[in-house]
Amino acid sequence: MKVSEYWLREWVDLKISSTELVAQMTMAGLEVVGVTTAAPPFEQVVVGRLVELTPHPNADRLSIVIVDIGTSDFLRIVCGAPNAAVGMHVPTALIGAVLPCGLKIKPSKIRGIQSQGMLCSAQELGLEGSEGLLALPVNSYPGQSVRQLLELDDSLIEIELAPNRGDCLCMEGIAREIAALNRCEFHQQSVDMIAPVSDAVFPISLLNPADCPRYIGRVIRGVDSTAETPLWMRERLRRADIRALGPLVDVTNYVMLELGQPMHAFDLSRLIGGIEVRRAQPGDRLKLLNGVIVEPDTETLLIADRNGPLAIAGIMGGEISSCTGTTRDVFLESALFLPTSIAGRARRYGLQTDSSYRFERGIDTGSLQRRAIERATQLLTAITGGNPGPIIEEVFQDYLPMQQTIILRPERIEKLLGMKVSVSEVEETLCRLNMIVSFECNHWCVIPPSSRSDITIEADIIEEIVRVHGYEHIPSNRPLALLSMTPQPEGLISLEQFKSILVQRGFQEAITYSFVDPVFQKYLDPESKPLALANPISIDLAVMRTNLWPGLLKAVIYNQNRQQTRLRLFECGSNFILADDLLQQDIYLGGVAAGCLLPEQWGIRNKLVDFYDLKSDIEALLSLTGELQSFEFCAAQHPALNPGQSARIRRKVVSDIQQSVPIGWIGALHSYIARKLGIKGDVFVFELLLKGIQRMGIPGFMDLHKFPFSRRDIAFSVDETVTAQSVYDCIRQHGGELLREVRFFDIYRGTGVPNGRKSLALGLILQDFSCNLTDHMIEETISGIISGLIEDLDATLRI
Amino acid sequence: MGVRKSSLVLFPFSTTGGHILVDTLSELSQSAQAGIANTSSLAELDMLRVFYLGKKGILTKRLRELGLLPSEQRREAGQAINYVKQTVEAAISARRNVLEAVALDVNLASEAIDVTLPGRGQKPGGYHPISRTLSRIEDLFSRIGFSVAEGPEVEDDFRNFEALNIPKHHAARAMHDTFYFDDHTLLRTHTSSVQIRVMECQKPPLRFIASGRVYRCDSDLTHSPMFHQVEGLVVDNGVNFAELKGVLNDFLSNFFECNLLMRFRPSYFPFTEPSAEVDIRCVVCSGDGCRICKDSGWLEVLGCGMVHPSVFERLGIDNESYTGYAFGMGIERLAMLRYGVKDIRLFFENDLRFLEQFR
Repeated sequence: MKVSEYWLREWVDLKISSTELVAQMTMAGLEVVGVTTAAPPFEQVVVGRLVELTPHPNADRLSIVIVDIGTSDFLRIVCGAPNAAVGMHVPTALIGAVLPCGLKIKPSKIRGIQSQGMLCSAQELGLEGSEGLLALPVNSYPGQSVRQLLELDDSLIEIELAPNRGDCLCMEGIAREIAALNRCEFHQQSVDMIAPVSDAVFPISLLNPADCPRYIGRVIRGVDSTAETPLWMRERLRRADIRALGPLVDVTNYVMLELGQPMHAFDLSRLIGGIEVRRAQPGDRLKLLNGVIVEPDTETLLIADRNGPLAIAGIMGGEISSCTGTTRDVFLESALFLPTSIAGRARRYGLQTDSSYRFERGIDTGSLQRRAIERATQLLTAITGGNPGPIIEEVFQDYLPMQQTIILRPERIEKLLGMKVSVSEVEETLCRLNMIVSFECNHWCVIPPSSRSDITIEADIIEEIVRVHGYEHIPSNRPLALLSMTPQPEGLISLEQFKSILVQRGFQEAITYSFVDPVFQKYLDPESKPLALANPISIDLAVMRTNLWPGLLKAVIYNQNRQQTRLRLFECGSNFILADDLLQQDIYLGGVAAGCLLPEQWGIRNKLVDFYDLKSDIEALLSLTGELQSFEFCAAQHPALNPGQSARIRRKVVSDIQQSVPIGWIGALHSYIARKLGIKGDVFVFELLLKGIQRMGIPGFMDLHKFPFSRRDIAFSVDETVTAQSVYDCIRQHGGELLREVRFFDIYRGTGVPNGRKSLALGLILQDFSCNLTDHMIEETISGIISGLIEDLDATLRI
Repeated sequence: MGVRKSSLVLFPFSTTGGHILVDTLSELSQSAQAGIANTSSLAELDMLRVFYLGKKGILTKRLRELGLLPSEQRREAGQAINYVKQTVEAAISARRNVLEAVALDVNLASEAIDVTLPGRGQKPGGYHPISRTLSRIEDLFSRIGFSVAEGPEVEDDFRNFEALNIPKHHAARAMHDTFYFDDHTLLRTHTSSVQIRVMECQKPPLRFIASGRVYRCDSDLTHSPMFHQVEGLVVDNGVNFAELKGVLNDFLSNFFECNLLMRFRPSYFPFTEPSAEVDIRCVVCSGDGCRICKDSGWLEVLGCGMVHPSVFERLGIDNESYTGYAFGMGIERLAMLRYGVKDIRLFFENDLRFLEQFR
């Protein structure tokens, strides 16, 4: 909302400067987001009275105007405005004036006639108005500065109000607030009762008093809707960014701006039967003022007559019943629509209006509706004439919000704020904020004004006190607390530790959106049904991810398109997986690797990253558990991964090592998908369930072994289908008590190894913890292993 | 300078000579020392060692020939020869040390490399600037006794709004452009929902922060449909607004590592009362006014307040015994100010050229 400073100062006797006022408003919770002046800079434009008007001898559309500017010499100015008339007071730009558009006024000859200045329209002065000359009030005097006359040096203070401060959406509310802050006089706008001069009434019935407990109407017959809204009112509307639309609408807007009551003026001749305030029914249709046709839902409150909807209550009027230049009889509406009946509706129809904005936040529930209609009647009849009828009020007292008495305890103020506020300050502040305060034994009883429906509890009152007192005067204290340590379980690896491993190994952390492109998602996890947003921000961010790959691969594509070929990215975050209609939001750690294994450098023969490079990164992560052997990589199929290069990662269950649970995937992105997504080259991906890898054992010390170990290397061939894991398992099974470690050091295919077989070379580390090994013990273990390999895996020993 | 002498010079005496007089011994000693000093390699030196001290060396031979002398001369001659022998041995040993050092130097010189070539191997990656900022924030708060809590991102309407005193149709909902799945399920619009989750299962005193992704249907230079927040909550008896001010003052000065000017201004959040917004002196222009602070000289960085009684009431926390304060801040906002990032969307494009600046 934009506040005219000059107007504000009419309400409050302010001693402070404009700058101080702005700072004060912000610090009191009326956040100032900008200050502008009422008109762009211009000088030497004065009031000129048109004394004489003669047609230009050489031009049909021009006239020669003699202008009185308060000096003994009248000016002669050539003017083309059609509305120029003798007696009019108009802005006159003198020789030397510079207008906002940059035009500099110089003596000139127009079609042979000397012109000593320029008569201006509103637009030429940077104001809003019609194209003709701006008619200034006739009580202005020739020669008076137009800037002064129209108060164009006024500051327009734009404030952003919190939703609870509906009371400050009008001048009266802001003025009361500023008066309280400055402890100075506040001049309330006096509103006279307008005695009816006719007995014209129009029936009103409130069918939903819970939505609208009070509705006041008034008939004014015989208005001249072609009358012009006075300049001062147009200016005040303009400064609040409200367009002038003729006196009937302007007056309702002005009263809203002044007192905070949104009003509506209906063309009485278009109303049939009587006003009904009711919820919309199926079949209701309404063409609004902005030309849009709506079919309101049954949540929507309507103003209707016998023929159907006239307006969406408190939001926007309908076209058919709106006032026009031909309206003679008006029905004014000043109603109390409660926030619950308005909130959310305007948004639903995409119709945020000044009216809905105020009703949503709650307007004064007391005498405002009556004051507003009296004020509007007074203003309107002064402009347009007309015969007002009596006030028609329909009210349901039981549904009117009541102001409750709130108990305020001095000790609570101190408890909440950590400081004391004096009794006199509390009482003065609350009184200035229009609250009724009384002290009873050890507490105050406070009744907030009907304009402050946001104040309902003790804490609200305390906030009011401290707000006026100034937040800057609250002390800043160090916390005092009884501390205890936060448990740090040693058997749980933190996410930070995993991230640190990946970072050390060359991975860059990424953060991608949790909502992804459903097309990507479908490719990368076709079997899951993703959770879809009802209102996505765009079609490619429409479903919640079920794995981390869509976001990471999008980042791969993004970077590949920017000349980055070597990529190591990881991300950790929630996936959103629906399992039997139950949503799981576990945290995963995932990554991608593409391009060369190492950054480009000298002296090393680089190669493209492969499965085993990424597996090594994962093994480094899993090694944090100290139980790498509890994890298995099992060849398995995943729709997003190349069938020959994908593995499910499983972890053996502690209580039963025959059992294992899946905790992740690693593999090469399926070539088909890579091509579909536009990814260049091979990409390897992984994903691990964080809670599946976080548990670790607490190390338990074992005596150091003093007896030396022995190593025996063996080489043998097995069928291609035999996995390293099965060889490892077989050796473990037949290795007996002395086998400590198995190290693969070569895998060979080619000369000397039959087709379809591969040769494995591995080192066996043997050690006894209680004695030196004898040749016999070694031989026995090794031959046991070899015969196991031969029997179980059809191995052939190589010499 | 390598001085190379003919080996002939090294052998000034005939090996086939007869008795050598005592005065010739001193000549022998001198010429041996001169010869030793002139050697330029360990091999040369070894040849001299053999020549003088070897099994058939001159001095060895003289000692062996002592028996041929009259017995009264033996003792004196023996002492003289032994003296010369020791002198020569010492000279050889000293020279060996010198020659070995030279040889080592030569060897090392041949191993010299260009130390300015870059190191080899894997280069480390880096953390995302949001993680980096978040870690700093968590670190600062954990040092004054805050623990870290978490909660789900797909949240129910109740914990995101209702329990935080934001009923349906509340005007405050308009400030949260919420992503919905259905009438009851949504993407959390703030981490304040974690407050509720923690208070549902823990009893005061509470002192924790919660961080994570939050979502609002909004996107431009300073808004992203997904961003991160850190939320803090303290519930205890005796906590008040003055302490809240102290904690946030402490935090912001430490986060920006300077003695920041800050101001608390009244604001509105449905779940706190009184509520405040906290501004810091613009870190870009120091208050002179610039584009970042929209010429106000101030930057809004967080919102806070005393927990609203109706929040406690719903969760069964006694409003008379306990008071609480809560605060929340946008991590992107803090990271942008700290590192001078101008467009929030950069955080989620994951452009390596951007990310690598925060290693």
